[in-house]
Amino acid sequence: MAGTLTRPTRTVFRRPSSTDGFWGWVTTTDHKRIGILYGYSAFFGFLIGGIEALLIRLQLARPDNDFLSAAEYNTLMTTHGVIMVFLFVMPMAAAFFNYLLPLMIGARDVAFPRMNALSFWIFLFGALFVSSSFIFGTAGAPIGGNLPGGAETASWLGSGPNGGWFGYAPNSLTTYSPGSAMDYYTVGLQVLGLASLISSINFIVTILNMRAKGMKLLRMPVFVWMTFVTAFLLLFSLPIITAAVFMLMFDRQFGTVFYDAAAGGDPVLWQHLFWLFGHPEVYIIVLPAMGIVSEVLPTFSRKPLFGYSAVVFAGAAIGFLGFGVWAHHMYASGITPVAQAAFGLATMTIAVPTGIKIFNWLGTMWGGKIRFTTPMLFAIGFVSLFVIGGLSGVTHSIVPSNWQQTDTYYIVGHFHYVLFGGAVMGLFAGLYYYFPHLTGRMMNERIGKLQFWTMFTGMNLTFAPMHWLGLQGMPRRTWVWFEEMGRGVGLWNLVATIGAFTIATSVLIFAINFIRSKRNGTIAEIDPWDARTIEWSLPLPVPAYNFAETPTITKLDDFWHRKYGEDDEGRAVPRPDLAEYLARLVEDGRNPKEVIHLPAPSYFPFLVGVGIFFLAYGLAYLAAGTGLPLLVTGALIMIGSFVGWSVEPLEEPHDSQEVDAV
Amino acid sequence: MNRIRGFGRLVPLAVMAVVLAGCSLTIQDGVLDSLAPEGPIAEDLAGLYWLVFWIATGVFVLVQGGLVYLLIRFRARQGDESEPRQVHGNAKLEVVWTVIPILILAAIAVPTVSRVFKYTECAPDAYHVDVIGHQWWFEYRYPEAGIWTANELVIPTDQEVCLSMESDDVLHNFWIPKLNGKRYLVPGQETTLLMLADEPGEYFGHCAEFCGLSHARMRMRVIAKEPSDFEAWLAAQDLPAVEPTAGSLEAEGLELFNSLACSACHLIRGVNNSSVSNVIAIGPELTHFASRGSFAGSTLEAEDPDALAMWLADPPQWKPGSFMPDLDLTPAQIEALVAYLRSLD
Repeated sequence: MAGTLTRPTRTVFRRPSSTDGFWGWVTTTDHKRIGILYGYSAFFGFLIGGIEALLIRLQLARPDNDFLSAAEYNTLMTTHGVIMVFLFVMPMAAAFFNYLLPLMIGARDVAFPRMNALSFWIFLFGALFVSSSFIFGTAGAPIGGNLPGGAETASWLGSGPNGGWFGYAPNSLTTYSPGSAMDYYTVGLQVLGLASLISSINFIVTILNMRAKGMKLLRMPVFVWMTFVTAFLLLFSLPIITAAVFMLMFDRQFGTVFYDAAAGGDPVLWQHLFWLFGHPEVYIIVLPAMGIVSEVLPTFSRKPLFGYSAVVFAGAAIGFLGFGVWAHHMYASGITPVAQAAFGLATMTIAVPTGIKIFNWLGTMWGGKIRFTTPMLFAIGFVSLFVIGGLSGVTHSIVPSNWQQTDTYYIVGHFHYVLFGGAVMGLFAGLYYYFPHLTGRMMNERIGKLQFWTMFTGMNLTFAPMHWLGLQGMPRRTWVWFEEMGRGVGLWNLVATIGAFTIATSVLIFAINFIRSKRNGTIAEIDPWDARTIEWSLPLPVPAYNFAETPTITKLDDFWHRKYGEDDEGRAVPRPDLAEYLARLVEDGRNPKEVIHLPAPSYFPFLVGVGIFFLAYGLAYLAAGTGLPLLVTGALIMIGSFVGWSVEPLEEPHDSQEVDAV
Repeated sequence: MNRIRGFGRLVPLAVMAVVLAGCSLTIQDGVLDSLAPEGPIAEDLAGLYWLVFWIATGVFVLVQGGLVYLLIRFRARQGDESEPRQVHGNAKLEVVWTVIPILILAAIAVPTVSRVFKYTECAPDAYHVDVIGHQWWFEYRYPEAGIWTANELVIPTDQEVCLSMESDDVLHNFWIPKLNGKRYLVPGQETTLLMLADEPGEYFGHCAEFCGLSHARMRMRVIAKEPSDFEAWLAAQDLPAVEPTAGSLEAEGLELFNSLACSACHLIRGVNNSSVSNVIAIGPELTHFASRGSFAGSTLEAEDPDALAMWLADPPQWKPGSFMPDLDLTPAQIEALVAYLRSLD
């Protein structure tokens, strides 16, 4: 491959060859390491978003509370949404995609390793950019309005983006949201979207082109399928939100009037564009978790996934239908009755493939030998809680009834059952399941179960009451509620606050378990869960080169079939030489027969990220007049790095990557 | 066995949660409770919700019950080394659990679609009121009667009232849960919402769309009056403001209203304008301020003697972002203004 290309052997920078230490991580192009970087960053986002949630719940614990000011509440509510969606769930899913995808399809790495690193660094610098709004951002009253105490701008806690994660125009325009806070939102979302867009293309190409021999599409693990569907959702939905925030940025920075009704613009256009992205986004968030659960349930039921092709096609169907239901976020916005009815019916249809998935998961467990390990508990929790989120979701298709529930806590309760009960529980199932893969050690099961029950209880305490709060009339996004809303509202707000702290406790338990187990956990043998898919045929922790020899796939759940046969009744029977087979896998996996060429590390993805970081500040402050130097600096760094990227040698000639096992 | 106790412990918890939930839903003392509807439209919507709620509860019990049952029945038992049968799927079952949800959904689609059309358009004989959303208060204009008012929408009972709504700034959302669902107020576009009350009374509402800093301080009320009372109210509202007797505290308040910044934003008919035409409302119309039960986006009660003084002393403190600034009024000025405003019935 390298021989056919004429490449320079030196550029400005030596191509890095070391994989150790800080620079080893900064320049890495190893999909597993990038996955780990994503994972830690995302978990950090989870902690920040979680602390914000606790502050919000403290404020709402009693009526007319003054723990937070209106400005602080609005910023916390906005950034809680932005952080949890863009800086936690999406990158955590990306962590799993990055880490697992090549392993599950028997590939050496993703199709474009440097682009993979690039998406991480753009994501990270985008995340830092958005978060820095708390330090550098300013927010105030609408132009002409007055802040309490005659203040010019809100406190630091109230100076982040404050127009809701949905950023509805015209409230997000400069007239109503002066200051730079919302510029961090418009620019930040473009940067974060770029990161996801790059990785989605990378994943699609990887899945289509890099599968091992015999890994036909319908032999891929369901997780890979869900990655595939998610990547397409990202590919088609991110350009929409990018266009939407691009126009919003122009309205704010350059005086265009896309959303300004006073000048003939259309604020409802923003809603259509936002939800045309926002609804597929829901599936972007939940499909990866569905993929994880579809791997965990069969393993611990010791049965294949029930109705594999039905689950795969249902996932794809959800992806397609997800683009046709966006206006169910807008029934009350004044769209015509025909549109309301059509989107109501379309919303109903999504319940069908979702139901198919649920029933097939139940079918998977039915007749199995269920082992209640921690990952399995989280997967079962996912199924149970997702059913609740799904059922309350069906009520949104009942348009006239939704006129009452929309914009109330009923919706908040519903989508947290989907996003927390669904996505978060699924991601935790994945963290426990794949922990041995990452570290070569097992997570502590006893603490893990304690965490599950704490989180499961806390989650229900927090979000179930929100349905009743909404039905009893508590609107969303208000920094205070008032006593006349009734005793029910008082009771359930208090319960939800207690629940939020219960969840926080469970996250703390997880962190302790993670740190403890990483240091002193039981050493994981190969295939600790007796799993079904080929990533478990690797020695743990996984060598940098993944498979010493690229596997050849003959069946769905190939690894399982190499371990087990079936008797006349169809019961699994371990192969007589199972123990020797596993020992041989470890031996062979750690001792490749030939030199394996891996993608070489590179400085440039990181440097492009640095350029985009400056560029983002430049854009956000362009109208303010201070942005231009930053913009130019950022653009120069970015363009220079792209040039360096395109001419750097494939690898340093003298430090060719010898295989270093483990 | 440990595991069973684990799940077993959940059962009383779940039962407790359901009982508590049930209790809390029967309290129904909340002024915004959509499940304690008081108008025919809201009752119909609540009925539709309960229909779907019970269907969903049925599905919930079946699925979660099935889940718990299979977890107990198919748990790995100690000492049992046998392996399960490797079943890959069942086409018949797939058809069954695809078709059954479709049938259920088709059944609830019928009442859904019919009501969408029923409640989205106004009847030709409806009484019309224009609603304008402002940060952070609602303004009402009665085109037939030629009067304007704010915060409290007065309507006749047993008469369909058609609200033609628009926003003056950002998105707002008009919502009186006990009478009907919500509808946005959009700048530059007209939306409509039906109001129908069959009993006279006071119905609370809340702006339901995030509209900036003081979204939580944007509420409103609908006051339904018997048709004859409604006519009387219209006639009273049509009169210019009462004139205070010379030398009284109220007269001092009127003086302040004219000399301070108040009259730049607020209209009192007979004081700073003779009619409502050709005036752009910046703040609420105050001609009959004292006839309303609440003010400041219906978040403060008129009958509370201190509320108005507190509001006048520092509006942005109560309503952050407020366009009414802190005017640095002295206690004496506030006293006079309160007296004058409370005389405007």
